[in-house]
Amino acid sequence: MNSNVNMTNEEYSSYVDTKAKNSPIVKNIIWAFLVGGLICTIGQLITNLFMYLGCSKDDSTMICTISLIFIGAFLTAINVYAKIGQHAGAGSIVPITGFSNSIVAPAIEFKTEGYVLGIGANMFKIAGPVLVYGTTASVIIGFIYWLITMFI
Amino acid sequence: MKIGKQTIKLENTPKILQTSSIVGPKESQGPLSQYFDTHIDDIFFGEKTFEKAESKFMKTCIDNLLSKVPTSPENIDYIFAGDLLNQCICSGYCIRDLNIPFFGLYGACSTFCESLSLASAFVNAGYANKAIAATSSHFCSAERQFRMPLEHGNQKSPTAQCTVTGSGAAIVVPKDVGTQGPFVTYITPGKIVDLGITDMTNMGAAMMPAAFNTVMTHLQDTGRNANYYDVIATGDLGVLGSEMLVDLLRKEGVDLQGIHADCGALIYDHEKQDTHCGGSGCGCMASVFSGYFYEQLKTKKINKILIVATGALMSPLSVQQGESIPGIAHAIAIENEV
Repeated sequence: MNSNVNMTNEEYSSYVDTKAKNSPIVKNIIWAFLVGGLICTIGQLITNLFMYLGCSKDDSTMICTISLIFIGAFLTAINVYAKIGQHAGAGSIVPITGFSNSIVAPAIEFKTEGYVLGIGANMFKIAGPVLVYGTTASVIIGFIYWLITMFI
Repeated sequence: MKIGKQTIKLENTPKILQTSSIVGPKESQGPLSQYFDTHIDDIFFGEKTFEKAESKFMKTCIDNLLSKVPTSPENIDYIFAGDLLNQCICSGYCIRDLNIPFFGLYGACSTFCESLSLASAFVNAGYANKAIAATSSHFCSAERQFRMPLEHGNQKSPTAQCTVTGSGAAIVVPKDVGTQGPFVTYITPGKIVDLGITDMTNMGAAMMPAAFNTVMTHLQDTGRNANYYDVIATGDLGVLGSEMLVDLLRKEGVDLQGIHADCGALIYDHEKQDTHCGGSGCGCMASVFSGYFYEQLKTKKINKILIVATGALMSPLSVQQGESIPGIAHAIAIENEV
């Protein structure tokens, strides 16, 4: 009798893969498509509404962004966004409401450690990497664009 | 007395005089709800932070244990306790108010068996007449330490488990106190086993090889067959880990069919409660053993049980640094007749 699982790490890993249930990918994709699409449609409705009310296109998209951020934050605070996220996955993470959620969620959570070292230090725990690499990427792309325009 | 490779035979067979359990809202809706002593519907338990709430869970559980015996903290020689949080703060702050000499332990989710092993060994050796073993865990305090903020809208992997909000405590005394058992007969402290699993959302797979090793070693050291026991209960392997343990042990000629139970798989209704592979955490085995299995032993529905608490000895830091997840499992044999 052997007292250890008689497998190498690789064998064990593939054994676990055969036993573990996979994520329901098709279901997840459909949910993500529907919820993500719905959020974007709501955004478009807000933009169109303000354009109809006489705002310029730029102002309307700005108002739309602000409104969606507010809705995301509000739904996070009343514990609805996390429930939507359980089903929607990327559908509710990718739109700007998800960005709002990723900042408000740690802000709520770390309130117990105080306003500076709790909320202040942890608010961008999830969104931080997105901001860092998003900003860096846009700077690099901008630089490349500038180089190209010098020669064309 | 040490027998075999790593098992200790407790020749004075200390007795588990009484146990106490407490659970949170989700566990109160689970299938084992009726077996727990105390049910708390408020996840904050009236406190301002989840950490304080967890401490209060453990404190309430120990107070309940003392009143069930009944005895007072001055009569307790030592307490062995631990939890999942950094520096074991829940146990520390809980026991601060009790004035009992304290051994703080960390064995991740295996801590309940670790503390009960040491409490039993102390009583067996005559170093203590009354020793308490206690552990706790809390869904929210564990989530914020190990995973994402609670309100963050993300999806959990199908292999993920849900940390149990709850605590369990047991008091160990010498054999001759009272007439009835159950008694602690053997303890098998486990070795760290790591088969390279790096997925923090698949703890069952990370801990299963350790449970396998401890169960096999226990059986070899004691010369017992698996079916000597009415139940072999693992701590929190969950649905997937349990399935793999039974499967792999069968291949080695050890049949656990009908004997094996897993506290993590028992505590929730996975379909209705959306808990994926089941419960986990120090409070999982602590509450399920103290609530459910101890009651089964007392009413003689089962007479011999091997409890094997399983733990994953990683931290979010080690996982981010690309380390795999080391597993550990400790076994304790508890029997009504000695």
